[in-house]
Amino acid sequence: MYVAVKGGEAAIANAHALLADRRRGDRSVPALRTEQIIEQLGLAVDRCMAEGSLYDRELAALAILQSRGDLIEAIFLVRAYRTTLPRFGYSRPIDTADMLIERRISATFKDLPGGQLLGPTFDYTHRLLDPSIAQGNDVAEPLTAEADHDRAPRVTDMLGHQGLMEPDLGFNHVPQDEVGDLTREPLQYPLDRDLRLQALARGDEGFLLALGYSTQRGYARSHPFVGEIRIGEVEVELDIPELGFPVSLGRVRVTECQMVNQFKGSSKVPPQFTRGYGLVFGQSERKAMSMSLCDRALRARELGEDITAPAQDEEFVISHLDNVQSTGFVEHLKLPHYVDFQAELDMIRTMHAKHAAENSVQEAAE
Amino acid sequence: MTVQPVSDTDPRRLALNALAAADAEALAAAWSNWADKPDFKPVRGPETGLVMVRGRAGGGGAPFNLGEASVSRATVRLDSGEIGHGYCLGRDLDKARLIAVFDALFQRDPATVEAQILTPLRAGATAADLKRKQETAATKVNFFTMVRGDN
Repeated sequence: MYVAVKGGEAAIANAHALLADRRRGDRSVPALRTEQIIEQLGLAVDRCMAEGSLYDRELAALAILQSRGDLIEAIFLVRAYRTTLPRFGYSRPIDTADMLIERRISATFKDLPGGQLLGPTFDYTHRLLDPSIAQGNDVAEPLTAEADHDRAPRVTDMLGHQGLMEPDLGFNHVPQDEVGDLTREPLQYPLDRDLRLQALARGDEGFLLALGYSTQRGYARSHPFVGEIRIGEVEVELDIPELGFPVSLGRVRVTECQMVNQFKGSSKVPPQFTRGYGLVFGQSERKAMSMSLCDRALRARELGEDITAPAQDEEFVISHLDNVQSTGFVEHLKLPHYVDFQAELDMIRTMHAKHAAENSVQEAAE
Repeated sequence: MTVQPVSDTDPRRLALNALAAADAEALAAAWSNWADKPDFKPVRGPETGLVMVRGRAGGGGAPFNLGEASVSRATVRLDSGEIGHGYCLGRDLDKARLIAVFDALFQRDPATVEAQILTPLRAGATAADLKRKQETAATKVNFFTMVRGDN
């Protein structure tokens, strides 16, 4: 049990003043502005929005600045801020098939309608540090080429028509007001896939990466292929009661990963490819890929697979993927626990004395 | 309630979409260039809140809650009586209010709003999207599978 302590006001105030000083650092170095973070540390901003579960670049950049670049602390700040705002409603589901594509690749199909577009990727770089960036070098404008205006269909929809790929179900079968929302209702296991996807989308990238990796190494082997990864902007539409029709609120950037997995079939389902799905705010394909691996592993119960590995254990995965919850409980250990430690100490002293007394009686008897 | 299909031709809806997609600076410039500015009164807001953005499992399946986005909204009434609504992503209250004002003006005088505001905004958005598509198109790749020499 945690017993509260009092006092320390002056020390705490001074510590926070010191924190503000250290955060600012050497005053002869120009202060960072949030626009610089948004423009030049965009992927940190994206991670903060994804795991903070709040799409707002300026807020995420401010949180990164305030937290001195500690992203979990920044995510915590964003999560705290969102609790201060009213909820206007739920958007219409975004349509990733209608994306303004900035990157789109498939590891399963070489020739696909709309083409393979590498976009701004770290792939195929040599991972050599470039000192010229530290000198603020000028960067050339990107090259352009004739744009293809065809819609780029999702790869999974193409195979779906042949019955070889598990179809998407429930497009219009789930009433919109029955979609689970973990920000409104406490989780009760077992979960439906909608709640799992919500939890995964805001889950810690590192935790999901490790679990996804574990499935590749044989803990819940699922033999995955990347059917498709696409990054780009999609419209967010909201039904407006006073207007009687939906309007676009603007566009958000998301990363989507369609993982395709071998499935030898069961009594209910013929052999076909099954799928894991990843969808994340911002540009983050590592997170979207990890999410899709975990989503597929967590569908074990639904697909009638044996549950043998950590990544398939829904309660274990979902209970531990949230880094704000995790850090809250781990880091609370450093707060003063004087009273309960005192109680433990008394108990250990008593046991210790009893143990010593019993041993000396035993020695005397021998 | 399931998702109802949407008309793609409702001019007011298309106007609101173009306004929400615009930069706040572009809207502010359009307002300062607007001759004969009407008087208007706030009916609601402007205020900032959250909209839960939804995705679909597998891209086309059952909906799920992806995460929230900050959204600003405003409702205004022109002195001539028209009521306008503004909604946009982000926390820019002035932008939400200007969208509401232009929505109200669009009901009073659609042709002028179309010509002076919406047409340039749409042209700018189309050009910006085209530039982005052309930059992405330059990274289009054609992979070849190699036939191994010994088989």
